[in-house]
Amino acid sequence: MSNKPRKMTLEKKHNLTGWAFLAPAIFLIAVFSFWPMIKALVLSFQTGKGTNMQMAGFTNYIRMFQDDVFIQSIKNTFFYFILQVPIMLAVALVLACILNKKDLRFKGFFRTMIFLPCTTSLVAYSIIFRSLFANNGLVNYVLVNFGILDKPYNFLTQPFAAKMVIILALLWRWTGYNMVFFLSGLQNIEYSVYEAAKIDGASAIQTFFKITVPLLKPTILLTAIMSTNGTLQLFDESINLTDGGPANASISMSHYIYNLCFKYVPNFGYAAAMSFFILLLVAVLAFIQMRVGDKRD
Amino acid sequence: MIKKMKNIGMYAFLILVTFISVFPLYWMVSASTNKSVDVSKGVLSFGSHLGENLKNLLANQDVGAALVNSFKYAILLTIVSMVICSLAGYGFEIYHDKAKDAVMGVILLAMMVPFITILVPLFQMVAKMKMLNSTLGFILPTVSTPFLIMMFRQSARSFPHNIIEAARLDGLSEIRIFFQMFIPTMKSTYAAAMTITFMNAWNSYMWPKVIMTQSKSMTMPMVVANLTEGYVTDYGMLMLAVLICTLPTALVFFILQKNFAEGITGAVK
Repeated sequence: MSNKPRKMTLEKKHNLTGWAFLAPAIFLIAVFSFWPMIKALVLSFQTGKGTNMQMAGFTNYIRMFQDDVFIQSIKNTFFYFILQVPIMLAVALVLACILNKKDLRFKGFFRTMIFLPCTTSLVAYSIIFRSLFANNGLVNYVLVNFGILDKPYNFLTQPFAAKMVIILALLWRWTGYNMVFFLSGLQNIEYSVYEAAKIDGASAIQTFFKITVPLLKPTILLTAIMSTNGTLQLFDESINLTDGGPANASISMSHYIYNLCFKYVPNFGYAAAMSFFILLLVAVLAFIQMRVGDKRD
Repeated sequence: MIKKMKNIGMYAFLILVTFISVFPLYWMVSASTNKSVDVSKGVLSFGSHLGENLKNLLANQDVGAALVNSFKYAILLTIVSMVICSLAGYGFEIYHDKAKDAVMGVILLAMMVPFITILVPLFQMVAKMKMLNSTLGFILPTVSTPFLIMMFRQSARSFPHNIIEAARLDGLSEIRIFFQMFIPTMKSTYAAAMTITFMNAWNSYMWPKVIMTQSKSMTMPMVVANLTEGYVTDYGMLMLAVLICTLPTALVFFILQKNFAEGITGAVK
Protein backbone atom coordinates (compact mmCIF):
# COMPACT_ATOMS: atom_id res chain seq x y z
CA MET A 1 0.00 0.00 0.00
CA SER A 2 2.98 2.32 -0.47
CA ASN A 3 1.56 3.63 -3.73
CA LYS A 4 -0.05 7.02 -3.59
CA PRO A 5 -3.74 6.89 -4.64
CA ARG A 6 -3.11 8.77 -7.87
CA LYS A 7 -0.50 6.22 -8.89
CA MET A 8 -2.89 3.29 -8.41
CA THR A 9 -3.99 1.33 -11.42
CA LEU A 10 -7.69 1.36 -12.18
CA GLU A 11 -7.98 -2.29 -11.27
CA LYS A 12 -6.43 -1.77 -7.86
CA LYS A 13 -8.66 1.18 -7.25
CA HIS A 14 -11.76 -0.83 -8.05
CA ASN A 15 -10.54 -3.64 -5.86
CA LEU A 16 -10.24 -1.27 -2.90
CA THR A 17 -13.60 0.33 -3.66
CA GLY A 18 -15.05 -3.15 -3.60
CA TRP A 19 -13.67 -3.82 -0.13
CA ALA A 20 -15.04 -0.48 1.04
CA PHE A 21 -18.52 -1.56 -0.13
CA LEU A 22 -18.19 -4.78 1.86
CA ALA A 23 -16.53 -3.42 4.97
CA PRO A 24 -19.58 -2.44 7.08
CA ALA A 25 -21.40 -5.73 6.44
CA ILE A 26 -18.33 -7.89 7.07
CA PHE A 27 -17.45 -5.96 10.22
CA LEU A 28 -20.95 -6.35 11.67
CA ILE A 29 -21.17 -10.07 10.89
CA ALA A 30 -17.73 -10.67 12.35
CA VAL A 31 -18.51 -8.79 15.56
CA PHE A 32 -22.11 -9.88 16.08
CA SER A 33 -22.07 -13.44 14.71
CA PHE A 34 -18.60 -14.97 14.63
CA TRP A 35 -17.12 -13.36 17.71
CA PRO A 36 -20.07 -14.39 19.95
CA MET A 37 -19.84 -17.87 18.47
CA ILE A 38 -16.21 -18.18 19.55
CA LYS A 39 -17.11 -16.79 22.97
CA ALA A 40 -19.94 -19.31 23.26
CA LEU A 41 -17.51 -22.11 22.47
CA VAL A 42 -15.15 -20.94 25.22
CA LEU A 43 -18.08 -20.47 27.60
CA SER A 44 -19.26 -24.03 26.96
CA PHE A 45 -16.10 -25.36 28.64
CA GLN A 46 -16.57 -23.21 31.73
CA THR A 47 -18.70 -23.38 34.85
CA GLY A 48 -19.50 -20.76 37.45
CA LYS A 49 -21.71 -17.76 38.03
CA GLY A 50 -21.40 -14.26 36.61
CA THR A 51 -17.81 -13.14 36.11
CA ASN A 52 -16.44 -15.92 38.29
CA MET A 53 -15.97 -18.58 35.62
CA GLN A 54 -13.54 -21.49 35.67
CA MET A 55 -12.46 -23.93 33.02
CA ALA A 56 -14.23 -27.23 33.49
CA GLY A 57 -13.32 -29.32 30.47
CA PHE A 58 -16.15 -31.40 29.08
CA THR A 59 -18.21 -31.35 32.29
CA ASN A 60 -21.05 -29.39 30.68
CA TYR A 61 -21.17 -31.65 27.67
CA ILE A 62 -21.27 -34.78 29.85
CA ARG A 63 -23.86 -33.27 32.17
CA MET A 64 -26.31 -32.35 29.44
CA PHE A 65 -26.75 -35.94 28.30
CA GLN A 66 -27.71 -36.87 31.86
CA ASP A 67 -30.23 -34.04 31.99
CA ASP A 68 -33.72 -35.52 31.59
CA VAL A 69 -35.29 -32.23 30.50
CA PHE A 70 -32.64 -31.71 27.83
CA ILE A 71 -33.12 -35.27 26.53
CA GLN A 72 -36.87 -34.62 26.50
CA SER A 73 -36.34 -31.38 24.57
CA ILE A 74 -34.22 -33.19 21.95
CA LYS A 75 -36.91 -35.86 21.59
CA ASN A 76 -39.61 -33.20 21.23
CA THR A 77 -37.65 -31.24 18.65
CA PHE A 78 -37.10 -34.36 16.56
CA PHE A 79 -40.75 -35.30 16.93
CA TYR A 80 -41.73 -31.90 15.50
CA PHE A 81 -39.08 -32.11 12.83
CA ILE A 82 -39.87 -35.63 11.57
CA LEU A 83 -43.63 -35.16 11.48
CA GLN A 84 -43.93 -31.56 10.43
CA VAL A 85 -41.25 -30.88 7.81
CA PRO A 86 -42.13 -33.70 5.33
CA ILE A 87 -45.89 -33.10 5.57
CA MET A 88 -45.44 -29.36 5.15
CA LEU A 89 -43.11 -29.62 2.17
CA ALA A 90 -45.32 -32.22 0.45
CA VAL A 91 -48.48 -30.15 0.87
CA ALA A 92 -46.66 -26.97 -0.19
CA LEU A 93 -45.34 -28.69 -3.31
CA VAL A 94 -48.76 -30.05 -4.29
CA LEU A 95 -50.33 -26.64 -3.75
CA ALA A 96 -47.64 -24.96 -5.83
CA CYS A 97 -48.19 -27.43 -8.68
CA ILE A 98 -51.94 -26.81 -8.66
CA LEU A 99 -51.48 -23.04 -8.54
CA ASN A 100 -49.00 -23.24 -11.41
CA LYS A 101 -51.60 -24.74 -13.76
CA LYS A 102 -52.22 -22.49 -16.73
CA ASP A 103 -56.01 -22.80 -16.83
CA LEU A 104 -56.64 -22.37 -13.11
CA ARG A 105 -59.04 -19.60 -12.14
CA PHE A 106 -58.68 -17.21 -9.19
CA LYS A 107 -54.96 -18.06 -9.02
CA GLY A 108 -53.96 -14.79 -7.37
CA PHE A 109 -56.75 -15.05 -4.84
CA PHE A 110 -55.84 -18.57 -3.73
CA ARG A 111 -52.15 -17.73 -3.61
CA THR A 112 -52.68 -14.67 -1.43
CA MET A 113 -55.09 -16.44 0.92
CA ILE A 114 -52.78 -19.42 1.41
CA PHE A 115 -49.84 -17.11 2.07
CA LEU A 116 -51.86 -15.03 4.54
CA PRO A 117 -50.86 -17.00 7.69
CA CYS A 118 -47.23 -15.98 7.06
CA THR A 119 -48.04 -12.36 7.77
CA THR A 120 -48.83 -13.11 11.42
CA SER A 121 -46.05 -12.89 13.97
CA LEU A 122 -44.92 -16.09 15.67
CA VAL A 123 -46.17 -14.84 19.01
CA ALA A 124 -49.53 -13.84 17.51
CA TYR A 125 -50.31 -17.14 15.83
CA SER A 126 -49.10 -19.12 18.83
CA ILE A 127 -51.63 -17.26 20.93
CA ILE A 128 -54.40 -17.71 18.36
CA PHE A 129 -53.83 -21.48 18.41
CA ARG A 130 -53.51 -21.54 22.17
CA SER A 131 -56.90 -19.82 22.42
CA LEU A 132 -58.53 -22.04 19.78
CA PHE A 133 -57.41 -25.21 21.56
CA ALA A 134 -57.95 -23.96 25.12
CA ASN A 135 -60.28 -25.83 27.45
CA ASN A 136 -63.00 -23.26 26.76
CA GLY A 137 -61.78 -22.59 23.23
CA LEU A 138 -63.59 -22.90 19.92
CA VAL A 139 -62.31 -26.37 19.01
CA ASN A 140 -63.67 -27.87 22.21
CA TYR A 141 -66.91 -25.96 21.80
CA VAL A 142 -67.43 -27.44 18.33
CA LEU A 143 -66.40 -30.97 19.36
CA VAL A 144 -68.75 -30.99 22.37
CA ASN A 145 -71.67 -29.45 20.48
CA PHE A 146 -71.42 -31.92 17.65
CA GLY A 147 -71.44 -34.71 20.21
CA ILE A 148 -67.95 -35.92 19.34
CA LEU A 149 -66.78 -35.34 22.93
CA ASP A 150 -68.78 -35.52 26.16
CA LYS A 151 -66.81 -32.80 27.86
CA PRO A 152 -64.01 -30.43 26.78
CA TYR A 153 -60.66 -32.14 26.21
CA ASN A 154 -57.76 -30.15 27.55
CA PHE A 155 -55.40 -30.41 24.59
CA LEU A 156 -52.68 -28.25 26.08
CA THR A 157 -52.30 -30.27 29.28
CA GLN A 158 -51.92 -33.66 27.57
CA PRO A 159 -48.32 -34.42 26.51
CA PHE A 160 -49.17 -35.93 23.12
CA ALA A 161 -52.03 -33.56 22.25
CA ALA A 162 -49.96 -30.50 23.18
CA LYS A 163 -47.23 -31.56 20.77
CA MET A 164 -49.76 -32.21 18.02
CA VAL A 165 -51.23 -28.72 18.48
CA ILE A 166 -47.75 -27.26 18.02
CA ILE A 167 -47.32 -29.30 14.83
CA LEU A 168 -50.72 -28.17 13.52
CA ALA A 169 -49.82 -24.57 14.26
CA LEU A 170 -46.47 -24.90 12.50
CA LEU A 171 -48.13 -26.45 9.45
CA TRP A 172 -50.64 -23.62 9.35
CA ARG A 173 -48.01 -20.90 9.59
CA TRP A 174 -45.32 -22.19 7.24
CA THR A 175 -46.97 -24.20 4.41
CA GLY A 176 -47.84 -21.10 2.39
CA TYR A 177 -44.36 -19.69 2.93
CA ASN A 178 -42.72 -22.74 1.38
CA MET A 179 -45.32 -22.79 -1.36
CA VAL A 180 -44.10 -19.39 -2.56
CA PHE A 181 -40.57 -20.75 -2.98
CA PHE A 182 -41.88 -23.74 -4.94
CA LEU A 183 -44.03 -21.48 -7.11
CA SER A 184 -41.07 -19.36 -8.10
CA GLY A 185 -39.03 -22.51 -8.71
CA LEU A 186 -41.77 -23.88 -10.97
CA GLN A 187 -41.73 -20.72 -13.05
CA ASN A 188 -38.22 -21.60 -14.15
CA ILE A 189 -39.39 -24.90 -15.66
CA GLU A 190 -40.31 -24.55 -19.33
CA TYR A 191 -43.95 -25.28 -20.01
CA SER A 192 -43.00 -27.20 -23.17
CA VAL A 193 -41.47 -29.93 -21.00
CA TYR A 194 -44.92 -30.64 -19.57
CA GLU A 195 -46.53 -30.52 -22.97
CA ALA A 196 -44.04 -33.04 -24.33
CA ALA A 197 -44.78 -35.33 -21.38
CA LYS A 198 -48.49 -35.02 -22.07
CA ILE A 199 -48.02 -35.97 -25.71
CA ASP A 200 -45.98 -38.97 -24.61
CA GLY A 201 -48.96 -40.04 -22.53
CA ALA A 202 -47.47 -39.50 -19.06
CA SER A 203 -50.00 -39.45 -16.22
CA ALA A 204 -50.21 -36.54 -13.80
CA ILE A 205 -48.50 -38.59 -11.09
CA GLN A 206 -45.70 -39.65 -13.44
CA THR A 207 -45.18 -36.04 -14.53
CA PHE A 208 -45.00 -34.97 -10.89
CA PHE A 209 -42.38 -37.51 -9.84
CA LYS A 210 -40.40 -37.71 -13.09
CA ILE A 211 -40.34 -34.04 -14.08
CA THR A 212 -41.44 -31.65 -11.35
CA VAL A 213 -39.60 -33.16 -8.38
CA PRO A 214 -36.21 -33.67 -10.11
CA LEU A 215 -36.27 -30.21 -11.71
CA LEU A 216 -37.26 -28.55 -8.45
CA LYS A 217 -34.54 -30.31 -6.47
CA PRO A 218 -32.53 -27.15 -5.67
CA THR A 219 -35.65 -25.43 -4.31
CA ILE A 220 -36.70 -28.52 -2.35
CA LEU A 221 -33.22 -28.66 -0.85
CA LEU A 222 -33.35 -24.96 0.06
CA THR A 223 -36.76 -25.24 1.73
CA ALA A 224 -35.77 -28.47 3.51
CA ILE A 225 -32.67 -26.84 4.98
CA MET A 226 -34.56 -23.70 5.98
CA SER A 227 -37.34 -25.70 7.64
CA THR A 228 -34.88 -27.97 9.45
CA ASN A 229 -33.02 -24.94 10.70
CA GLY A 230 -36.26 -23.33 11.84
CA THR A 231 -37.61 -26.42 13.60
CA LEU A 232 -34.37 -27.04 15.48
CA GLN A 233 -34.50 -23.44 16.72
CA LEU A 234 -38.18 -23.53 17.66
CA PHE A 235 -38.79 -21.06 20.48
CA ASP A 236 -41.74 -18.67 20.19
CA GLU A 237 -44.28 -21.47 19.74
CA SER A 238 -42.95 -23.55 22.59
CA ILE A 239 -43.01 -20.61 24.98
CA ASN A 240 -46.32 -19.01 23.93
CA LEU A 241 -48.44 -21.95 22.83
CA THR A 242 -47.80 -24.53 25.53
CA ASP A 243 -45.14 -22.83 27.70
CA GLY A 244 -43.23 -26.10 27.24
CA GLY A 245 -45.89 -27.89 29.24
CA PRO A 246 -47.32 -30.01 30.59
CA ALA A 247 -44.24 -30.56 32.75
CA ASN A 248 -41.75 -29.94 29.91
CA ALA A 249 -43.50 -32.51 27.68
CA SER A 250 -43.50 -30.16 24.69
CA ILE A 251 -40.48 -27.95 25.47
CA SER A 252 -38.10 -27.20 22.59
CA MET A 253 -34.31 -27.12 22.92
CA SER A 254 -34.05 -23.35 22.49
CA HIS A 255 -36.79 -22.84 25.07
CA TYR A 256 -34.96 -24.95 27.65
CA ILE A 257 -31.69 -23.11 27.00
CA TYR A 258 -33.49 -19.80 27.37
CA ASN A 259 -34.95 -20.95 30.70
CA LEU A 260 -31.50 -21.96 31.91
CA CYS A 261 -30.09 -18.52 31.08
CA PHE A 262 -32.85 -16.11 31.95
CA LYS A 263 -35.53 -17.85 33.99
CA TYR A 264 -33.74 -20.09 36.48
CA VAL A 265 -30.46 -19.26 38.22
CA PRO A 266 -28.27 -18.35 35.24
CA ASN A 267 -25.92 -21.10 34.15
CA PHE A 268 -24.34 -19.64 31.03
CA GLY A 269 -21.62 -22.25 30.59
CA TYR A 270 -24.03 -25.16 30.68
CA ALA A 271 -26.44 -23.36 28.35
CA ALA A 272 -23.63 -22.57 25.91
CA ALA A 273 -22.69 -26.26 25.73
CA MET A 274 -26.29 -27.16 24.84
CA SER A 275 -26.50 -24.40 22.25
CA PHE A 276 -23.36 -25.72 20.61
CA PHE A 277 -25.02 -29.09 20.41
CA ILE A 278 -27.83 -27.43 18.40
CA LEU A 279 -25.27 -25.79 16.12
CA LEU A 280 -23.78 -29.23 15.53
CA LEU A 281 -27.20 -30.73 14.79
CA VAL A 282 -28.03 -27.97 12.29
CA ALA A 283 -24.69 -28.48 10.53
CA VAL A 284 -24.96 -32.29 10.43
CA LEU A 285 -28.56 -32.30 9.17
CA ALA A 286 -27.79 -29.69 6.51
CA PHE A 287 -24.81 -31.77 5.41
CA ILE A 288 -26.92 -34.96 5.19
CA GLN A 289 -29.60 -33.15 3.20
CA MET A 290 -27.06 -31.79 0.75
CA ARG A 291 -25.56 -35.27 0.30
CA VAL A 292 -29.00 -36.83 -0.27
CA GLY A 293 -29.89 -33.96 -2.59
CA ASP A 294 -26.76 -34.51 -4.66
CA LYS A 295 -27.15 -38.25 -4.99
CA ARG A 296 -30.26 -38.24 -7.12
CA ASP A 297 -28.47 -36.63 -10.03
CA MET B 1 -66.13 -36.26 -17.46
CA ILE B 2 -63.10 -37.54 -15.54
CA LYS B 3 -61.36 -34.25 -16.19
CA LYS B 4 -64.32 -32.38 -14.79
CA MET B 5 -64.32 -34.52 -11.65
CA LYS B 6 -60.61 -33.91 -11.29
CA ASN B 7 -61.12 -30.18 -11.62
CA ILE B 8 -63.83 -30.19 -8.99
CA GLY B 9 -61.54 -32.13 -6.68
CA MET B 10 -58.76 -29.64 -7.26
CA TYR B 11 -60.91 -26.61 -6.53
CA ALA B 12 -62.40 -28.34 -3.49
CA PHE B 13 -58.88 -28.94 -2.16
CA LEU B 14 -57.88 -25.32 -2.78
CA ILE B 15 -61.02 -24.04 -1.11
CA LEU B 16 -60.42 -26.30 1.89
CA VAL B 17 -56.82 -25.10 2.26
CA THR B 18 -57.95 -21.49 1.84
CA PHE B 19 -60.59 -21.98 4.52
CA ILE B 20 -58.05 -23.48 6.94
CA SER B 21 -55.62 -20.65 6.21
CA VAL B 22 -58.11 -17.86 6.65
CA PHE B 23 -60.40 -19.17 9.40
CA PRO B 24 -58.07 -18.62 12.41
CA LEU B 25 -57.49 -15.07 11.19
CA TYR B 26 -61.21 -14.48 10.73
CA TRP B 27 -61.76 -15.86 14.22
CA MET B 28 -59.13 -13.47 15.59
CA VAL B 29 -60.92 -10.49 14.04
CA SER B 30 -64.40 -11.57 15.13
CA ALA B 31 -63.22 -12.44 18.66
CA SER B 32 -61.73 -8.98 19.06
CA THR B 33 -65.23 -7.52 18.69
CA ASN B 34 -66.91 -9.87 21.17
CA LYS B 35 -67.11 -10.37 24.91
CA SER B 36 -64.82 -13.07 26.27
CA VAL B 37 -67.80 -15.17 27.40
CA ASP B 38 -69.30 -15.03 23.92
CA VAL B 39 -65.99 -16.02 22.34
CA SER B 40 -65.97 -19.14 24.54
CA LYS B 41 -69.55 -19.85 23.52
CA GLY B 42 -68.41 -20.13 19.94
CA VAL B 43 -69.91 -16.89 18.64
CA LEU B 44 -68.38 -16.28 15.21
CA SER B 45 -70.27 -13.17 14.10
CA PHE B 46 -69.03 -9.66 14.74
CA GLY B 47 -70.11 -8.18 18.07
CA SER B 48 -70.22 -4.69 19.47
CA HIS B 49 -67.63 -5.14 22.19
CA LEU B 50 -64.65 -3.74 20.27
CA GLY B 51 -64.55 -0.43 22.16
CA GLU B 52 -64.83 -2.18 25.51
CA ASN B 53 -62.02 -4.59 24.59
CA LEU B 54 -59.84 -1.69 23.52
CA LYS B 55 -60.48 0.13 26.81
CA ASN B 56 -59.56 -2.99 28.79
CA LEU B 57 -56.46 -3.55 26.70
CA LEU B 58 -55.19 0.01 27.13
CA ALA B 59 -55.82 -0.20 30.88
CA ASN B 60 -53.95 -3.48 31.06
CA GLN B 61 -50.84 -2.83 28.96
CA ASP B 62 -49.08 0.20 27.51
CA VAL B 63 -49.95 -0.70 23.92
CA GLY B 64 -49.21 2.80 22.60
CA ALA B 65 -45.61 2.75 23.80
CA ALA B 66 -45.14 -0.80 22.55
CA LEU B 67 -46.42 0.16 19.09
CA VAL B 68 -44.15 3.19 18.94
CA ASN B 69 -41.19 1.03 20.00
CA SER B 70 -41.94 -1.74 17.53
CA PHE B 71 -42.29 0.73 14.65
CA LYS B 72 -39.13 2.57 15.66
CA TYR B 73 -37.01 -0.58 15.96
CA ALA B 74 -38.37 -2.23 12.82
CA ILE B 75 -38.20 0.83 10.54
CA LEU B 76 -34.69 1.81 11.61
CA LEU B 77 -33.46 -1.76 11.30
CA THR B 78 -34.98 -2.05 7.82
CA ILE B 79 -33.45 1.19 6.52
CA VAL B 80 -29.96 0.58 7.87
CA SER B 81 -30.08 -3.04 6.82
CA MET B 82 -31.01 -2.13 3.23
CA VAL B 83 -28.04 0.21 2.92
CA ILE B 84 -25.46 -2.11 4.46
CA CYS B 85 -26.61 -5.37 2.84
CA SER B 86 -27.23 -4.01 -0.64
CA LEU B 87 -23.84 -2.25 -0.64
CA ALA B 88 -22.24 -5.57 0.30
CA GLY B 89 -24.26 -7.65 -2.16
CA TYR B 90 -23.41 -5.21 -4.96
CA GLY B 91 -19.76 -5.14 -3.92
CA PHE B 92 -19.47 -8.93 -3.81
CA GLU B 93 -20.82 -9.26 -7.34
CA ILE B 94 -19.50 -6.22 -9.23
CA TYR B 95 -15.97 -6.20 -7.80
CA HIS B 96 -15.71 -9.94 -7.29
CA ASP B 97 -12.35 -11.68 -7.21
CA LYS B 98 -11.02 -14.79 -5.48
CA ALA B 99 -10.55 -13.16 -2.09
CA LYS B 100 -14.04 -11.66 -2.02
CA ASP B 101 -15.67 -14.91 -3.13
CA ALA B 102 -13.88 -16.69 -0.29
CA VAL B 103 -15.13 -14.11 2.20
CA MET B 104 -18.67 -14.59 0.85
CA GLY B 105 -18.34 -18.32 1.54
CA VAL B 106 -17.39 -17.63 5.15
CA ILE B 107 -20.27 -15.18 5.55
CA LEU B 108 -22.74 -17.78 4.30
CA LEU B 109 -21.59 -20.02 7.14
CA ALA B 110 -22.97 -17.41 9.56
CA MET B 111 -26.41 -18.19 8.14
CA MET B 112 -26.18 -21.64 9.71
CA VAL B 113 -25.43 -20.34 13.21
CA PRO B 114 -28.58 -20.69 15.36
CA PHE B 115 -29.45 -17.49 17.18
CA ILE B 116 -29.69 -19.36 20.49
CA THR B 117 -25.99 -20.30 20.18
CA ILE B 118 -24.84 -16.69 20.21
CA LEU B 119 -27.61 -15.41 22.50
CA VAL B 120 -25.67 -15.38 25.78
CA PRO B 121 -22.39 -13.84 24.54
CA LEU B 122 -24.41 -11.33 22.51
CA PHE B 123 -26.41 -10.39 25.59
CA GLN B 124 -23.21 -9.96 27.60
CA MET B 125 -21.67 -7.79 24.87
CA VAL B 126 -24.71 -5.56 24.53
CA ALA B 127 -24.97 -5.24 28.32
CA LYS B 128 -21.30 -4.28 28.54
CA MET B 129 -21.75 -1.65 25.83
CA LYS B 130 -24.64 -0.21 27.90
CA MET B 131 -27.07 -0.85 25.08
CA LEU B 132 -29.77 -2.76 26.94
CA ASN B 133 -33.21 -1.21 26.35
CA SER B 134 -31.89 0.76 23.39
CA THR B 135 -32.73 0.81 19.69
CA LEU B 136 -29.07 0.28 18.85
CA GLY B 137 -28.98 -2.84 20.99
CA PHE B 138 -32.00 -4.18 19.12
CA ILE B 139 -30.60 -3.36 15.67
CA LEU B 140 -26.89 -4.19 15.73
CA PRO B 141 -26.94 -8.01 15.89
CA THR B 142 -29.36 -8.50 12.99
CA VAL B 143 -28.68 -5.50 10.77
CA SER B 144 -26.20 -7.29 8.51
CA THR B 145 -27.57 -10.66 7.42
CA PRO B 146 -26.02 -13.20 5.04
CA PHE B 147 -29.44 -13.91 3.56
CA LEU B 148 -29.98 -10.31 2.39
CA ILE B 149 -26.40 -9.98 1.15
CA MET B 150 -26.93 -13.14 -0.90
CA MET B 151 -30.22 -11.80 -2.23
CA PHE B 152 -28.66 -8.51 -3.36
CA ARG B 153 -25.65 -10.29 -4.82
CA GLN B 154 -27.99 -12.43 -6.86
CA SER B 155 -29.87 -9.41 -8.17
CA ALA B 156 -26.62 -7.54 -8.95
CA ARG B 157 -25.82 -10.46 -11.26
CA SER B 158 -28.58 -9.30 -13.61
CA PHE B 159 -27.38 -5.68 -13.52
CA PRO B 160 -25.82 -4.98 -16.95
CA HIS B 161 -22.09 -4.34 -16.78
CA ASN B 162 -22.08 -2.00 -19.76
CA ILE B 163 -24.21 0.47 -17.80
CA ILE B 164 -21.45 0.60 -15.20
CA GLU B 165 -18.79 1.04 -17.88
CA ALA B 166 -20.78 3.82 -19.56
CA ALA B 167 -21.32 5.58 -16.26
CA ARG B 168 -17.60 5.35 -15.47
CA LEU B 169 -16.77 6.92 -18.81
CA ASP B 170 -19.18 9.71 -17.96
CA GLY B 171 -17.10 10.28 -14.86
CA LEU B 172 -19.56 9.04 -12.24
CA SER B 173 -17.87 7.86 -9.05
CA GLU B 174 -18.35 4.23 -7.99
CA ILE B 175 -20.60 5.10 -5.06
CA ARG B 176 -22.77 7.32 -7.27
CA ILE B 177 -23.15 4.51 -9.80
CA PHE B 178 -24.50 2.41 -6.94
CA PHE B 179 -26.94 5.06 -5.71
CA GLN B 180 -28.04 6.49 -9.06
CA MET B 181 -27.97 3.41 -11.30
CA PHE B 182 -28.27 0.28 -9.20
CA ILE B 183 -30.86 1.24 -6.57
CA PRO B 184 -33.48 2.62 -9.01
CA THR B 185 -33.32 -0.47 -11.26
CA MET B 186 -33.57 -2.95 -8.39
CA LYS B 187 -36.83 -1.73 -6.90
CA SER B 188 -38.48 -5.14 -6.69
CA THR B 189 -35.49 -6.69 -4.94
CA TYR B 190 -35.51 -3.84 -2.44
CA ALA B 191 -39.25 -4.25 -1.94
CA ALA B 192 -38.89 -7.95 -1.23
CA ALA B 193 -35.90 -7.40 1.04
CA MET B 194 -37.72 -4.65 2.92
CA THR B 195 -40.81 -6.80 3.39
CA ILE B 196 -38.77 -9.68 4.78
CA THR B 197 -36.63 -7.47 7.02
CA PHE B 198 -39.53 -5.43 8.39
CA MET B 199 -41.55 -8.56 9.13
CA ASN B 200 -38.64 -10.29 10.84
CA ALA B 201 -37.84 -7.21 12.88
CA TRP B 202 -41.44 -6.61 13.89
CA ASN B 203 -41.98 -10.25 14.78
CA SER B 204 -38.68 -10.93 16.53
CA TYR B 205 -39.31 -12.08 20.03
CA MET B 206 -36.37 -13.82 21.69
CA TRP B 207 -33.87 -10.99 21.33
CA PRO B 208 -36.13 -8.14 22.56
CA LYS B 209 -37.36 -10.39 25.37
CA VAL B 210 -33.75 -10.70 26.53
CA ILE B 211 -32.52 -7.12 26.12
CA MET B 212 -35.67 -5.03 26.71
CA THR B 213 -35.70 -5.36 30.48
CA GLN B 214 -37.73 -2.22 31.18
CA SER B 215 -41.43 -2.18 30.42
CA LYS B 216 -41.14 1.14 28.57
CA SER B 217 -38.86 -0.46 25.95
CA MET B 218 -41.10 -3.46 25.26
CA THR B 219 -42.20 -4.44 21.76
CA MET B 220 -45.71 -5.31 20.61
CA PRO B 221 -45.19 -9.12 20.53
CA MET B 222 -43.83 -8.93 24.10
CA VAL B 223 -46.94 -7.07 25.23
CA VAL B 224 -49.18 -9.65 23.55
CA ALA B 225 -47.29 -12.49 25.20
CA ASN B 226 -47.60 -10.77 28.59
CA LEU B 227 -51.37 -10.69 28.26
CA THR B 228 -51.61 -14.47 28.52
CA GLU B 229 -50.08 -14.51 31.99
CA GLY B 230 -52.59 -14.91 34.79
CA TYR B 231 -55.37 -17.39 35.37
CA VAL B 232 -58.35 -15.95 33.54
CA THR B 233 -57.90 -15.00 29.91
CA ASP B 234 -60.05 -12.25 28.42
CA TYR B 235 -60.25 -13.61 24.86
CA GLY B 236 -61.80 -10.50 23.36
CA MET B 237 -59.07 -8.27 24.70
CA LEU B 238 -56.34 -10.79 23.89
CA MET B 239 -57.44 -11.21 20.27
CA LEU B 240 -57.65 -7.44 19.83
CA ALA B 241 -54.01 -7.23 20.93
CA VAL B 242 -53.08 -10.05 18.55
CA LEU B 243 -54.91 -8.20 15.76
CA ILE B 244 -53.09 -4.94 16.48
CA CYS B 245 -49.80 -6.85 16.47
CA THR B 246 -50.63 -8.50 13.12
CA LEU B 247 -52.00 -5.53 11.16
CA PRO B 248 -48.71 -3.71 10.40
CA THR B 249 -46.96 -6.75 8.91
CA ALA B 250 -50.09 -7.75 6.99
CA LEU B 251 -50.36 -4.22 5.57
CA VAL B 252 -46.70 -4.11 4.56
CA PHE B 253 -47.15 -7.45 2.83
CA PHE B 254 -50.23 -6.35 0.92
CA ILE B 255 -48.68 -3.06 -0.18
CA LEU B 256 -45.47 -4.69 -1.41
CA GLN B 257 -47.03 -8.01 -2.45
CA LYS B 258 -46.48 -7.76 -6.19
CA ASN B 259 -42.87 -6.68 -5.84
CA PHE B 260 -42.37 -9.29 -3.16
CA ALA B 261 -43.16 -12.19 -5.49
CA GLU B 262 -40.89 -10.77 -8.21
CA GLY B 263 -38.05 -10.19 -5.77
CA ILE B 264 -38.26 -13.71 -4.34
CA THR B 265 -38.26 -15.17 -7.85
CA GLY B 266 -35.09 -13.24 -8.60
CA ALA B 267 -33.48 -14.49 -5.42
CA VAL B 268 -34.28 -18.16 -5.98
CA LYS B 269 -33.01 -18.12 -9.56
